Amino acid sequence: MTSDLIAGTPAATGEGPQEMRSRSELTAKEVLREVGSVLRMSEKEASELTSSPVENDEEQTMIINMGPQHPSTHGVLRLMLELQGEKVLRCKPIIGYLHTGMEKQAEELSYMQGGTNVTRMDYVSPLNNELVFSLAVEKLLGIDGDIPERATWMRMLLSELNRMSSHLLFMATNGMDMGAVSMMIYGWREREEVLRFFQKVTGLRMNHNFIRPGGLAADLPAGWRDDVLAILEGLPPRLAEYDILMTNQPIWRERLQGVGVITAEEAVALGTSGPILRSTGVAWDLRRDLPYLKYKEVEFDVIVGSYGDSFDRYAIRLNEIRESMKIVYQILDKMPSGDYRIQDKKVTPPPRARIDESMEALIHHFKIFTEGFKVPEGEVYVGIESPRGEIGCYIVSDGSPKPYRLHMRAPSFVNIQALPHMMRDGLIADAVAVISSIDPVLGEVDR
Amino acid sequence: MSDAVVDSPAPAEQLYGCVVTYSRGEKVIHASRGNYIATLKKAIDDSFTMCTDLTAVDFLTYASTNRQLPSDISGERFEIVLNLISLERRERLRLRVQIAEGEATLPTAFDLFPGTEAMEREVFDMFGIEFEGHPDPSRILMPEDWEGHPLRKDFSVGRIPVQFKGAPS
Repeated sequence: MTSDLIAGTPAATGEGPQEMRSRSELTAKEVLREVGSVLRMSEKEASELTSSPVENDEEQTMIINMGPQHPSTHGVLRLMLELQGEKVLRCKPIIGYLHTGMEKQAEELSYMQGGTNVTRMDYVSPLNNELVFSLAVEKLLGIDGDIPERATWMRMLLSELNRMSSHLLFMATNGMDMGAVSMMIYGWREREEVLRFFQKVTGLRMNHNFIRPGGLAADLPAGWRDDVLAILEGLPPRLAEYDILMTNQPIWRERLQGVGVITAEEAVALGTSGPILRSTGVAWDLRRDLPYLKYKEVEFDVIVGSYGDSFDRYAIRLNEIRESMKIVYQILDKMPSGDYRIQDKKVTPPPRARIDESMEALIHHFKIFTEGFKVPEGEVYVGIESPRGEIGCYIVSDGSPKPYRLHMRAPSFVNIQALPHMMRDGLIADAVAVISSIDPVLGEVDR
Repeated sequence: MSDAVVDSPAPAEQLYGCVVTYSRGEKVIHASRGNYIATLKKAIDDSFTMCTDLTAVDFLTYASTNRQLPSDISGERFEIVLNLISLERRERLRLRVQIAEGEATLPTAFDLFPGTEAMEREVFDMFGIEFEGHPDPSRILMPEDWEGHPLRKDFSVGRIPVQFKGAPS
C-alpha cells in the first residue's frame, strides 16, 4: 500500500498503538476513563479522584492476552487483560482480525447483489441482515408500502425462526464455555432442525440471500407448514431438558449469577441493545417499541431481567426462544396467500417463463441482472431487532444502481464495548462466562 | 416509484437550534461543528439518551447537489451521521454534521455517549476524521501501521489482477 493512493489531504495518522498500555504510561485521568469512571462516577467524584494519584502497583499486576485464538472467545476476538492475581483490573477488547472491508465492498455491488454481501456479516442470523438491508432499500425506493402481505409474513416467519436458531446456538456455545459440554451437542442438534428447514426453503443452510429488495427469492415449498410444526412441537421437551440441565442446576447458577453485572444506566450509555440491555430491566425491543413488518399484529412478551448478570442474559435468550415459538404459531395461523414478491418490473426480475414470450420481460431481465435497478437519491436508516440487538442499515444513494455508502450498525460491535465494564474486578475464570453472555459474532463486529 | 422521492423539507422547522428535514419520513437535524456538542446535550435533555449509531459518509464523488441539505447549510466533503433513540418517546432522531476536508476534526461525543467510543474509532480508522478529546484515538479495524483510510472514496479498492494461464505477462 503506497501513500500515493491517498489523494487529497491525508489526515494526520497519529494513531497510537491499539494495545492496552501499562499503567505507568497513562495519566490518572486516562486510567479512570479506561475503567469506566465516565459511567460510574459523577463528574465531581471523578475530578476528586483525578487529582489524587492512582496507586501504581505495577509490580503486582500483569497484562496478558486472551485470544485471538482462544476457543471460548467466539472467533478471533482478542482481549488484553490487566490481572492482579486472578482479578481482572482492566480489559480491552482488540478487534479487526476478521475485517474484510465489507462496507467498502458494498459500494461496488449493486442493490441486487448487496444481499449476498450483508448476509455474511452476522452469519448466525443471516436472514435478519438481509431483512434490514431489504427494508432500507425498499424505503429508498418508496415501495415499502407495496410489499405483498404474504411476503411480509414470510419474512417474519424466517426472521423468528432465525432468532430461534441463533439463540439455540448461544445455548450451545454458552454451555460449552461453562463446561457443560453435552449442552453444545444438544444446542447444535436443535439448531440443525431449523437449518434443515432453511435449507428446504432457501436452498442453503446459511448465507441465504433469500430476503431481497421487493420480497423474497421464492415462495415457501410444499409442506412447509408441517416442517415448521415439527420444529415447534419438537422443541418444548428439549427446552425443558435445558431447564433441567442448566437453569435449575446449582452449579450453573453459581457460575453465572452475579457475574458480569451491568446496570441499566451503563447499558443505555454504552448504546447496547438486545438481551444485554433487557437483562438490566430496560424493556426495549424494537419489535414492540418501534414495530416493523407486522409485529403489531402478533402477541408476544418482551423478556426482561432484573440483575443485569450473565444468568439473566442466558435466561432471556432461553425464554425468547419460547416467545419466538409463540410468534411463529401466530404466523402459521395468519399466513395469507398471495404473491411473495412485488410485481414491479423495475425491481423484480420477470418469471423465467415470461422471458421466452415477451421481449419486454427479456429487456427487464437483462437490465436488472447487468446494470441493476436504480434507486432514487436519499438516505435512510432502518433498524430492526436481530437476536443480538438492534441491527441497523444506513444507506446513502446517489441515484445509481449501487449504494453510495452502506453502513451496517452491528449490534455485536457496540455490545462488545460493554465487556470492560462487565469484567472489571471480576475473576479471570468469569471472563469466559461474560464473553459468552454477550454472544458476539465476530463476522459482524469486524465486517 | 419516483413519486415518493422528493421529500419537501418543512420550511424553517427548528429543533435544538438546528434545521429539521425529513428523509423518507425520518427526522433529521443538521448541526454544525460549532454547536454539535451543545445540540447533543439538548437532545439528551429531551430524552434522546441513547446513541445507537455514529458513522460517516465521504461525499467526494457525489456529483449532485441534491443531498437533501437545508439551503443555509453547504455540503462539505465529509458528513458525520448520528442516530439517537429516545427510549421514553420511542422515537428516532438523526443528526448530520458537515465536516470540511481541510479540517477533518470534531469534538468527541464520548463524554455524553460513552458508547460512541468504538464507533468514533471506526470513523477515524475508515475516514480519517479525528475526534478531539477521544480517550483512545487509535485504529480499530485496520492494522496500526495501515496507510490511508479505506472508506474514503479516493482509496482504491485494490484488486489483485486475475491471472490467466498462458496469458502474456
